[in-house]
Amino acid sequence: MNQKVMTKSEDKSPVDFVVVGAGGAGGVVAKELSTAGFRVVVLEQGPYFREQDFDHDELKSKDVYDSPFIGREVLTNDHSLQPNTFRKMEREKAVPTAFAQYGRCVGGGTVHFTGNYWRFHEIDFAERSRWGAVQGTGLADWPITYADLEPYYTKAEWELGISGLAGANPFDPPRSKPYPLPPLPVKSSGVLLERGARKLGWHPYPAPMAILSKPYEGRSACKHCGFCEAFGCEWGAKSSTLASVIPMAEKTGRCEIRPNSYVRKISTDKNGRVDGVLYFDAQKQEHLQKAKAVVVCANGAETPRLLLMSKSNLHPHGLANSSGLVGKFFMVDLASLTLGTFEHPLNEFKSVQVTRVVQDFYDSDPRRGFYGGGGIDARFDFYPIGFALNGLPPDVPRWGAGFKKALKENFNRTVTVLTHTTCLPLESNTITLDPEAKDAWGLPALRITYKSHPDDFKTMSFFRDRSLDLLEASGAITKWAFPIEDATAARHLMGTCRMGTDPKSSVVDKYHRSHDVPNLFIVDGSSFVTSGRNQPTCTIQALAYRAADHIIRMAKRGSIASSVLS
Amino acid sequence: MNTGNSSRRQFLLSSVSGLSSVLLALRLPAILAAQEHAQRAAESDQPAQFEFFSPEEAVEIDAVAAQIIPSDDAPGARQAHVVYFIDRALGTFDRDKQPAYRQGLKDLRNRTQEIVPSANRFSSLTPAQQIQVLTAIEKTEFFELVRVHTIIGFLAKPEYGGNRDQVGWKLIGFEDQMTFDPPFGYYDGEYNKGR
Repeated sequence: MNQKVMTKSEDKSPVDFVVVGAGGAGGVVAKELSTAGFRVVVLEQGPYFREQDFDHDELKSKDVYDSPFIGREVLTNDHSLQPNTFRKMEREKAVPTAFAQYGRCVGGGTVHFTGNYWRFHEIDFAERSRWGAVQGTGLADWPITYADLEPYYTKAEWELGISGLAGANPFDPPRSKPYPLPPLPVKSSGVLLERGARKLGWHPYPAPMAILSKPYEGRSACKHCGFCEAFGCEWGAKSSTLASVIPMAEKTGRCEIRPNSYVRKISTDKNGRVDGVLYFDAQKQEHLQKAKAVVVCANGAETPRLLLMSKSNLHPHGLANSSGLVGKFFMVDLASLTLGTFEHPLNEFKSVQVTRVVQDFYDSDPRRGFYGGGGIDARFDFYPIGFALNGLPPDVPRWGAGFKKALKENFNRTVTVLTHTTCLPLESNTITLDPEAKDAWGLPALRITYKSHPDDFKTMSFFRDRSLDLLEASGAITKWAFPIEDATAARHLMGTCRMGTDPKSSVVDKYHRSHDVPNLFIVDGSSFVTSGRNQPTCTIQALAYRAADHIIRMAKRGSIASSVLS
Repeated sequence: MNTGNSSRRQFLLSSVSGLSSVLLALRLPAILAAQEHAQRAAESDQPAQFEFFSPEEAVEIDAVAAQIIPSDDAPGARQAHVVYFIDRALGTFDRDKQPAYRQGLKDLRNRTQEIVPSANRFSSLTPAQQIQVLTAIEKTEFFELVRVHTIIGFLAKPEYGGNRDQVGWKLIGFEDQMTFDPPFGYYDGEYNKGR
């Protein structure tokens, strides 16, 4: 599949910034830099969809996780073109597995995400200090605190458009401003969660969602069609970067979004500084886009892959990798899933997925005997076909009259309790380049090595048990849980270019500047030091606002070009 | 494919690796072609023509599908035109499954004759005999393929040729609309009454 480079068009004049990836982080960075007066080119490997390109077709694409798919991945990365290989441990040979799933279009994962928009808590930035070391892990404090990030959380919520109710969650960290929009209307799943949680003495609250409950900034409010998770919003009501900040960036006239542009290497000059980006266009022709600085926002899997592919004489182990930590401490979305059925029709196929959340078990608690915490939401995690294949109780017949009866009775009476739990950072969990497998452009495939820490399993089991308690207290007629087992796919990709003050133990500094290269910045899930509680988007975007703010200040005082390389 | 006790994660995995041997991902144009084909058939006064199945084969598959999702007081796979969905699938995005169907139909005939020596067609068996034959083959890849196709054909958008008149969606209570207004379900309706 090795594709010969046919032509090479070179833009002689460098732009101020190339941003790699137009997703949750890249969209924000592009908007901030371009509105501050800089010339920006955003290279996005995926297509540029518009609202009219989205639909309700469960069968058409592989993006719907639970369904039998006839199409290819459309909104997410296409594993037939970009294979992943996977293994649990370094001594094993990695085999082809569609492990990493991320948004691959303008807007990135924020196009198809469910819209859960949880801030981190203060504890998330300082767990190593508060909890202590966890044997065999890289649990560490962040170099920034919640207070450092708070203004940017607020900015993200107000600029992107988040619906929620400030003060409703007693465990929420302090905030400087309420949400710009009230919560979305509660659904039956939310009412049942609230009912059960209160009975148990917990503190349910309206879910903060990146979906508009009212018209906002010229965008339409949610019309409750129900196709949020794994679908693009046809109303523009989901607060993706596609619907919110990317139009603002383009409006400046200084930001060009270049879709179908697949970056293969960040190029460096003789001093080891970044001077541009090599990428393939839709016809697989190679181009060089020169830039004075580069911001990589390609997600927690593709960012380290790109850095590792960008090695050169001055950066023999990959760009920004003098620490050897690019690709290490890979963290993923861990969860437990339980289901219950209820007496009355819920019609959960309508409206947004999540309307109530519980965070009573957010913090690690020494009395549990292991590190870990998380949050709980209630939703209906299925569309019709996926439900028929995977959502019925385990004792239901798989075909025939009994199957049909259960299908009829359960589709509108089932609630999923989904929990979102911690994932410890392990140095042995990595993103590397596969030595053999290649993608359709002839580049090394993404190789994932991943195995969860024992405490992560204990945390998932703990949350499964709390979910069963919750369903019981909510009055479920039947309830069952999926077994707790290790991740075989990941959508929240974190930790692979961790942030820190020491260049020996981190990849970027607290302003997201790479320790090694002064004009290279990295901001996305890869910057995470710890996983939070498996709801990363809000924090990725707050980090992006904060990083952009500092990049703008550095650029305006002329300090980006100053060399820290000897 | 997932079984009753396999986990969601295993399913996620199988959906992109193992399942792809059941339903191989093909290109969007093929899917659009399937929709167009169905659209033309729906608009035409002529009974829909089968693209892949012979009329005899279609009768057999229709009979199998009708046992997977039987008709009772509510329509089943037969009324949903699942066999037309499968035919179109095999003519378009699931073309690579044609050999599995050809072989599976032969095997079905053999199993039918093993169990009911006087019969030569599955579709001519009594319902009880049909269930007996399908129970005997329910662990085979062919049965699983037809089962998954039947479920998809029952619940996919009608544009694909099955789920005729939305009988699948009506059975489960799903509505495909661009807008809904609260209250959405029973419990939120009750909840809001109290405020």
